[in-house]
Amino acid sequence: MGALQTTPLNAFHRSHGGRMVDFAGWDMPVQYKSILEEHKAVRQRCGLFDVSHMGEADVKGPEALKFLQHLVTNDCSKLFPGRILYTVMCYPHGGVVDDLLVYMRGADDYLLCINAGNIDKDIAWIQEQARGFNCTVVNRSADYAQLAIQGPRAAELVQTLTKTNLGEIKYYHFTDGEVAGVKCIISRTGYTGEDGFELYCAAGAGAALAEAIVAAGAPFGLELTALGARDSLRLEAGFPLYGHEITEHITPITAGLGWVVKFDKGPFIGSDVLKAEKENGSARKIVFFKTGDRRIVRAETPVLNAAGTVVGRVVSGTLSPIINEAIGSALVDSAALKDQLAVDIRGTKLNLQLVKPPFVPLKKN
Amino acid sequence: MSNVPSELKYAKSHEWLKVAADGTALIGITDYAQNSLGDITFVQVPKVGTVLKAGETFGVVESVKAASDVYAPAAGTVVEVNPALDANPEKVNQAPYTDGWMLKLKLANPADAGALLSADDYTKVIG
Repeated sequence: MGALQTTPLNAFHRSHGGRMVDFAGWDMPVQYKSILEEHKAVRQRCGLFDVSHMGEADVKGPEALKFLQHLVTNDCSKLFPGRILYTVMCYPHGGVVDDLLVYMRGADDYLLCINAGNIDKDIAWIQEQARGFNCTVVNRSADYAQLAIQGPRAAELVQTLTKTNLGEIKYYHFTDGEVAGVKCIISRTGYTGEDGFELYCAAGAGAALAEAIVAAGAPFGLELTALGARDSLRLEAGFPLYGHEITEHITPITAGLGWVVKFDKGPFIGSDVLKAEKENGSARKIVFFKTGDRRIVRAETPVLNAAGTVVGRVVSGTLSPIINEAIGSALVDSAALKDQLAVDIRGTKLNLQLVKPPFVPLKKN
Repeated sequence: MSNVPSELKYAKSHEWLKVAADGTALIGITDYAQNSLGDITFVQVPKVGTVLKAGETFGVVESVKAASDVYAPAAGTVVEVNPALDANPEKVNQAPYTDGWMLKLKLANPADAGALLSADDYTKVIG
């Protein structure tokens, strides 16, 4: 293993007491003071996350749209400048390469936001698929710092630092602007289930932007928040995480992401296999569950049917600090879904109560 | 810096023991241990009446990150468990040496506590 990669906020994390861990090859904070308290802060007030480890790529050229329609499952023709789309991109066998955001900046000009742990794989894949299309794909990951301000008070806080009227930016829309004097893409997105913004700025300006947000944050109850809370917040909201609910071996249809797979736009990579799965039914499904108990049901825990036969495995698990019980997701044989499912945690059998997420009421953005 | 009260005895496995004059002892995990584990979400303790050997696993402390076994620092019989931890396991984070105690043991041999680490020795272990 080589040295861990660092974001432009590495010194910021250390000076603010971040507890650093190796996350997908990145030296990142898992928490500052408490994962549970950081989680609650985002649901009740607001939190600041460093997400600079996420990757970015430019896709530009006369056939940029035509290429993206081939690459990803969602319909990029619905985009207009300032609009963002959540999607996945698949292999020909239907498994997921990554989930990503597509930003339309202008005609022939798109920005992709991809997962940190997948940057090298994704860029190689995207460039390979782009052969034969009149467009360029450039890895911009090192050029950007990215900060996420998430929570019901996030908009109020960011508004104190910008002349841009944030009220005019709807969910999954963005604009160029300045926050605390730093040029940013101001994107009304996030992965917590709360309202909030993701700010993309030049890598060298990231730490100063973070300090300015912290300095302005106290009246809004801002907490520094890190990867531990980011994971529990996304799971509580029912959002997939690459490597868990979606992988090279789990298709978007299996994962319940059929809403980002648009067959009527024409063929795309994996469309034949995904269409067949949608029509014939999935052999396995990702389901979300709670247990009524505080014991955390961790990833890789076997899922059992009433007879005690293994019919699946847990892919994500944590404690929801909002409902105060264990929540999670599992990949389960579809035929077993009519049975009462259970897990065995250190000798205690816990029944799974299947839930359609989110696990907590979320404000509609 | 972790808090290591001088009046307690310690095990290398990060439990503390506080001996009372009546031959019972309170047991919990140290400030260093709770801080390493992070947010504690569940504490599993044995039933009253359970007989424990020195070094035997007596329960599980679970945090958001992991589930960890906890060990009896001395032999004895469980005479009481902390009823508050069922609903409020975070007391172990908030007050590991007081409200976050886990067990009260009737020690098999109160002199056993003498073999455990002093606060100074435990401080070196976690140094």
